[in-house]
Amino acid sequence: MVVLKNLSTEELYAPGHRLCAGCGPSISIRMALKAARGPIAVVNATGCVEVSTTIFPYTAWRIPWVHALFENQAAVASGLEAAYQSLEEKGKRKGKVDIIAVGGDGGTFDIGIQAISGMLERGHDIVYLCYDNEAYMNTGIQRSGATPRGAATTTSPAGKVIPGKRGKKKDFIGICAAHGISYAATASIGFFSDYIDKMKKAIEVDGPAVVHVIAPCPLGWRSNPTETVKLAKMAVLTGLFPIYEVNDGIYKMSMKLGRLLPIEEYFKLQGRFQHLMKPEWKNEVEEIKKDTEKHYKKILRLAGEKIT
Amino acid sequence: MSRKKVESSIEGIIPYSGEGSTITIEGGAVCTQLGCAYNGDEAVAYAAKQSNVDVVAAYPITPQTIIVERFSEYVANGEVSTKYLPVESEHSAMSACVGASIGGARVFTSSASQGLALMHEVLYLASGLRCPIVMAVVNRALSAPINIHGDHSDMMGSRDCGWIQLYTENAQEAYDLTIQSFKIAEDKNVQLPITVNLDGFFISHSTESMKSIADEDINKFLPPRTPIYKLDHDSPISIGGMALPEYYYEFKRQQEEAINSAKPVVKNVGNEFGEMTGRKYGFFEAYEMNDADVAIISLGSTSGSVRSVAKKLRANGEKVGAIKLWMYRPFPTEELFSIIKDLKVLVVMDRAISFGAPYGALCSDISSILQNRDSEVKVLNMIYGLGGRDIPTTTIQQVFEESLHTAKTGEVKQRIKFLDMRE
Amino acid sequence: MNQKEPLSKRMKLSWREMPFAGIMFEPGSSVEYKTGDWRIERKPQIDGEKCIRCFICWIFCPDVSIKRVPKPYKKHIESVEVDYYHCKGCGICAAECPVNAIEMIEESTDVP
Ligand SMILES: Cc1ncc(C[n+]2csc(CCOP(=O)(O)OP(=O)(O)O)c2C)c(N)n1
Ligand code: SF4
Ligand code: SF4
Ligand code: SF4
Ligand SMILES: [Mg+2]
Repeated sequence: MVVLKNLSTEELYAPGHRLCAGCGPSISIRMALKAARGPIAVVNATGCVEVSTTIFPYTAWRIPWVHALFENQAAVASGLEAAYQSLEEKGKRKGKVDIIAVGGDGGTFDIGIQAISGMLERGHDIVYLCYDNEAYMNTGIQRSGATPRGAATTTSPAGKVIPGKRGKKKDFIGICAAHGISYAATASIGFFSDYIDKMKKAIEVDGPAVVHVIAPCPLGWRSNPTETVKLAKMAVLTGLFPIYEVNDGIYKMSMKLGRLLPIEEYFKLQGRFQHLMKPEWKNEVEEIKKDTEKHYKKILRLAGEKIT
Repeated sequence: MSRKKVESSIEGIIPYSGEGSTITIEGGAVCTQLGCAYNGDEAVAYAAKQSNVDVVAAYPITPQTIIVERFSEYVANGEVSTKYLPVESEHSAMSACVGASIGGARVFTSSASQGLALMHEVLYLASGLRCPIVMAVVNRALSAPINIHGDHSDMMGSRDCGWIQLYTENAQEAYDLTIQSFKIAEDKNVQLPITVNLDGFFISHSTESMKSIADEDINKFLPPRTPIYKLDHDSPISIGGMALPEYYYEFKRQQEEAINSAKPVVKNVGNEFGEMTGRKYGFFEAYEMNDADVAIISLGSTSGSVRSVAKKLRANGEKVGAIKLWMYRPFPTEELFSIIKDLKVLVVMDRAISFGAPYGALCSDISSILQNRDSEVKVLNMIYGLGGRDIPTTTIQQVFEESLHTAKTGEVKQRIKFLDMRE
Repeated sequence: MNQKEPLSKRMKLSWREMPFAGIMFEPGSSVEYKTGDWRIERKPQIDGEKCIRCFICWIFCPDVSIKRVPKPYKKHIESVEVDYYHCKGCGICAAECPVNAIEMIEESTDVP
């Protein structure tokens, strides 16, 4: 359990960055850094966080930070880790640095997945953090492999015949867990204690660990910036984004929900789902509900929970 | 036409020193060298081993595979203290190299063809972040159609990536220049990545007798890397942020300055290497250029054949010469101009097509250095050897003979020609 | 270089003097950049008496604009304050405060 009073007041992430007001990914980064146990370095993929935190000559980072490209953060982090190890063995440097590779959902689910898979398979001692705002926000809200079914984006618009994104959100944590890594988890910025705890565990694990955190984007979700945290909680409570851990292949629910919150409650707060509120897409909403339940039950089953 | 003798003392121009040369290098070998037999790939792997590389990240591709295989063996047998990352693609190979380089490590990798093309995006990152990575590029044709044999299409496709680019004639040069590359790239005024190019199969897979240098001598020649910046807990800097139009241009200008600053470094390192081994390097090697009317300039393994044909023609009294370009980027503009300006005809050999361009890449560069300058040299471009097609000495002789004719008559039939093409 | 001058001025340099490879050698330099003027109409105001020092607003602020300061109040050793130079006025702090101790007030109102 994270006790806020006991968390460090040292801010490794400074204000003055240029992410939007109420930006969920910004919250996700700041919280992740609160889990630091010692020196930390971040390797950041291209995306909102990277672009808005390091507009020359201003950097919001007070730790060693590097941005390389959109899809290679896992590989760059692998090389950095190898350099530290090699130089340490040769007596040319000293001191453990926890490396966190950070990518958005696009940089993670889509274009970066190959490098992530390679990093996990080779067994680097790196934490991979995916902040998931469910689209390519930096380039203007295009759909990604993490965009949920039904969401309208600029490349999956709500049209007359197609109601937003087709296909499901990839099971990224399932993919990571399949690599046989020791720790993988989903989290929500809405439940900060759980999230920071998971980051701490991920950092402590020897070898690769992955944390996938839902981080609402008021611009892309067309939601009220005030409601970013509320939406992050609702994503979990509706069953759309179950939070759980996979410890050496063993699934464990982080939050047991009695009844799932109706997804309409969540949808109606976001412009990207407004079209689904129309009667003609009632069926689509039903389908989404079915998908959601199915996925939620699958995770419950994997976690050995009773299915009600 | 007034003719000035080409000064053999012009910096960076190394007169051919082997058999048939007019000038021999002063100062002999002062290091321990062992006779050995390696193919080009093995020679490069051995050079990387001896250069005490901290991190290697690489992905196999023919004809480079022997390099990564040998290196993996060194690692598996505990012969090196290098961290070797067997990554899942060339994109990740170069990315991991960048990560390791900003972490302060000495880094080596190798690729070819499709692999280099897949790295393309990351090549610009490596030069932009000023990472002194050394990469052996075992030049191979690009798909489609797929072809695993040697030509220069791969490197030429990435020639503007901000890397220093060296070309080698044989396994010995590949070995020698790999060692020198670390010293060039890591120089405090340079801090740029560098490629050592060796022709696929022609060099990579032909075993030659050559000389390797003793470890102690290499250690003296090449001290460990001292990075001018690094990402570590005691250095919480931000690398690779965004530069808006207000700043970006200045950083690119810095890069241009850095690559041009590599020139004196290439020259000095080549000299120092020459003093140590008796094999002197520089920007290019000049063979019989002092009074030549016609010369051929080429990159890589072809240079050997060109020289041998030139030698034969010299014996017949023809005034021909040859230039082997070691350093393609930065381009040795002034030095090359000084040596070609009094020629009647210069033939430029390009082992790649620059589709739709007026000339092949090397020829475009040569032509551009003649712009607005006082020289009447006629430039002819020969495209040759794509997809590993052999270039027989008979073809080279024909090129020389035709060029001698052009020199006499002043008549240029074809500015660009596809050698040995079935018409 | 004059350290007191703002970074944006200090960086108007010849390319020769610009930081190597665009590296930012001053950690956290973004503090110099004012994002407070992004606020439209509203800004948060904390009622120090109502506040129970739970620090929920502090952990959720995306702009690191709620500061924990060593100002004792009753049994508490710390208090929370808003950094108006950076606060973008998103209102998350007000929405998440469990005791409604934060109010989004008119921007024009003077805050003590
Ligand atoms: C190779 C490559 N393709 C495309 C882009 C353009 N691009 C930059 S960021 C981005 C989307 C980022 O999306 P995500 O990873 O979800 O991060 P977010 O912006 O949402 O934070 C895209 C498409 C790029 N920089 N590089
Ligand atoms: S677009 Fe979304 S993710 Fe990007 S800065 Fe704005 S709120 Fe944050
Ligand atoms: S309004 Fe938003 S930016 Fe301002 S202090 Fe509250 S949470 Fe932070
Ligand atoms: S959330 Fe409310 S009660 Fe808690 S510290 Fe902030 S202002 Fe005080
Ligand atoms: Mg995204």
